Amino acid sequence: MRALDGSETANLLEVRGLTKIFGTLKACDAIDLTIAKGEIHALLGENGAGKSTLVKMLFGSLEPHSGEISWNGQPVRIASPHAAKKLGIGMVFQHFSLFEALTAAENIALSLNEDTPISTIAAKAKALSYSYGLPLDPYSLVGDLSVGERQRIEIIRCLLQTPELIILDEPTSVLTPQEADKLFETLERLRSEGKSILYISHRLEEVKRMCDRATVLRHGKVVGHCDPRKETAASLARMMVGNEVKPVVRPPSEGIEKAASLLEVRGLSRKPATPFSIPLRDIKLDVRAGEVIGIAGVAGNGQGEFFEAVSGEALQDDGATVRIRGKDAGRLSISGRRLLGAAFVPEERLGHGAAPRMRLSENLLLSRHTTDRKAFLGPAGLVQSGAVKAASQRIVEEMDVRKSAVDPEAAALSGGNLQKFIIGRELDRQPAVMVVNQPTWGVDAGAAAHIRQALIELARSGSAVLVISQDLDELFEISDAIAVMHNGELSKPLPRAEATFEKIGLLMGGAEPGHVEPALEVA
Amino acid sequence: MRIELVKRPEQSKLFSALSPFIALGLTLVAGAIMFSLLGKNPLDALYYYFIDPLREVWSLHELAIKAAPLILIAVGLSVCYLSNNWNIGAEGQFTIGAITGSILPVLFPQFQNWTVLPMMLIMGMAGGAAYASVPAFLKARFNTNEILTSLMLVYVAQLFLDWLVRGPWRNPEGLNFPETRNFHEYAVLPEIWSASGRANWGFVFALVAAVALWFMLSRTLKGFEVKVLGQSPRAGKFAGFSSSKMVFFAFLLSGALAGLAGISEVSGAIGQLRPTISPGYGFAAIIVAFLGRLNPLGIIAAGLVLALSYLGGEAAQISIGVSDKVVRAFQGMLLFFVLACDTLIHYRIRFIGMPAKTGEAAQNV
Repeated sequence: MRALDGSETANLLEVRGLTKIFGTLKACDAIDLTIAKGEIHALLGENGAGKSTLVKMLFGSLEPHSGEISWNGQPVRIASPHAAKKLGIGMVFQHFSLFEALTAAENIALSLNEDTPISTIAAKAKALSYSYGLPLDPYSLVGDLSVGERQRIEIIRCLLQTPELIILDEPTSVLTPQEADKLFETLERLRSEGKSILYISHRLEEVKRMCDRATVLRHGKVVGHCDPRKETAASLARMMVGNEVKPVVRPPSEGIEKAASLLEVRGLSRKPATPFSIPLRDIKLDVRAGEVIGIAGVAGNGQGEFFEAVSGEALQDDGATVRIRGKDAGRLSISGRRLLGAAFVPEERLGHGAAPRMRLSENLLLSRHTTDRKAFLGPAGLVQSGAVKAASQRIVEEMDVRKSAVDPEAAALSGGNLQKFIIGRELDRQPAVMVVNQPTWGVDAGAAAHIRQALIELARSGSAVLVISQDLDELFEISDAIAVMHNGELSKPLPRAEATFEKIGLLMGGAEPGHVEPALEVA
Repeated sequence: MRIELVKRPEQSKLFSALSPFIALGLTLVAGAIMFSLLGKNPLDALYYYFIDPLREVWSLHELAIKAAPLILIAVGLSVCYLSNNWNIGAEGQFTIGAITGSILPVLFPQFQNWTVLPMMLIMGMAGGAAYASVPAFLKARFNTNEILTSLMLVYVAQLFLDWLVRGPWRNPEGLNFPETRNFHEYAVLPEIWSASGRANWGFVFALVAAVALWFMLSRTLKGFEVKVLGQSPRAGKFAGFSSSKMVFFAFLLSGALAGLAGISEVSGAIGQLRPTISPGYGFAAIIVAFLGRLNPLGIIAAGLVLALSYLGGEAAQISIGVSDKVVRAFQGMLLFFVLACDTLIHYRIRFIGMPAKTGEAAQNV
């Protein structure tokens, strides 16, 4: 088939005027996109630019309202993911769809529509994985695997269907730098075999390094096609955002060494709460007034468990394990810790940091009802809705939260805007200790810069800020020191001046904490 | 042709208000079909069922008597359901409330003064709450499914009542009928306006409870806590609310209100304990709670509708000779349609024709 129309169209996929409308929102507005055979094509855009919608239409999980898709020069209608797979389109999702209690091979078998015996699949998967340099034991339980390994299963599962076009959605967001390098090698091999790859990312350096062409989306429209190698990261960012992103300024931190520790964690251990959660082992950490400490680590290494222990959603046995502003807080609930001056922002926005079906003003009350009792509550717990609404309006303005109604439900906001509101809700209190898990996960570049700057300013005004993040660029941008969490253990924080991507990456990959130097020599 | 449910970005206010009425309408249609299958004239039957009982003042009093326990129980249940605690055992809490509330007039018939009635009401509430605390404890402590435990306890309570009135509490002057003594005058809940009918103060209790709980749910931090823990338990935990305390709060509150309904029914409408003291109020109240959109003010209206179905059932038995099981069938259909229509609040229905028409349909969205 390739030989037949090879001369006429070198393009594997052509998209003309693809449009998708949700209600009044044009998520994708007349998108044009061509992907040639054997190229790595980057799809760039901020959150909410329409990348996911476009990809879902290509993969058959959404139906376009208008526009056409041609595959190898033939117009096609992709009615379902099954049809997409039949054409030769494979997809690796950002959020994995794997069953933790099943083995890798069983997970792969589930997505194939044939009655192939598991042993055959396992053998095929194993052979394929080694040939692409992504070694995988098909009989290991997914629950025991690291995130990087889980991604390998997804990729192998996709490759087993011998696709011509592979769509990868933010593949490196969960990988260590070293794991990401491995992935890039695999992608280049696939390219050399004539496969096409549609690579979705917001990491501009990666895109510059690997991709042959890029399509940039903004507000559902294509704003340009370009050769990323000829662009700078700044010029790509400008295309994505539409204007210059203000760089984050980190004023020098002076006299931090002498400042008092506002958050002290001593010998924090925690047994796993569920079969698939990570035990915490003897964590020690100090966050002093005026500094931002970053905690790096691949997802699922105990960051969530650590956050719950620090926030008081999980209590400690000994009160002195967690101390906030010099007072024992280990036995205090989250409200008690808030009263000591701490504020918390969890990773999950909907359903943890905010109740999806409640209005913004009600979600303000969610974390502030104890600390701001006087302002927001009258006698007998009567909610002063006027005061709450005014405060929520103040936060909306302060953080530039864009919303469609005066006081919409939290679920109606885009992820980035909701995150701005949730961070703003805590900043509004001027907390002495701020603990944030994934502050800018899925937030667009402009908003992320805003949030990071606000966190630095909070620290410089005398608060202690602890940021848990998987985004190394972010941590290097804002932290005064970076510690790494691996398998429930926390390394000693490396001062910003000494930290490098390599050192942190090795720690993330499991080099012994405290033994950075020898590990480096090996590398 | 294909019918698709499309998720709405926000809950539809229009359908929040409209869906109970759509459900009522569909129930009437289904009821008419049921009557014609039974060989009755559907219009006549619906008239006797739903219109006739509203034509006289005394029967309006009867409506209030039937509505009072339904509303009292249902407002308590609304707090349970909003906080994601599935108390299905209100019938049992009603029964135990009736039993504990009757201790004074049955076992101490000589003790007669004005303090008896208030003490009976309080003991009824305490009994209902204590009985509801069993599934609450099992859920909070052992993570037991409260739907099963609370439902099972209904049968325990009913058989316990049956044993009491046939055994130890049987009226010694009652010719061996399975009944307790008749309550003395200080133990009887007075009628509101005895000149025109039998309705007693139970109906007032129901209205007061509904307004008070409406205020709590819509205006206070406690109400916020109930809703947050019901909608997203993790966000509730993040807010510093305790879900196990909420389990107890919701169960004790709804148990106490069901107990109050029980003792009010026994002391107001019946005047003694019998093997059967409720035509399934505790279960019908579940329908009332949902028909009223779990909003205590809506529940007042819904309680009156369900009360009408009881009255209508009695009227229809007499005037057109249908079985009393028709009442249950009606109530079941109503609950079914209410829950089905609630889909419209979160989803939009889209009809999808042949592929050629898809574009056109999409344009109209």
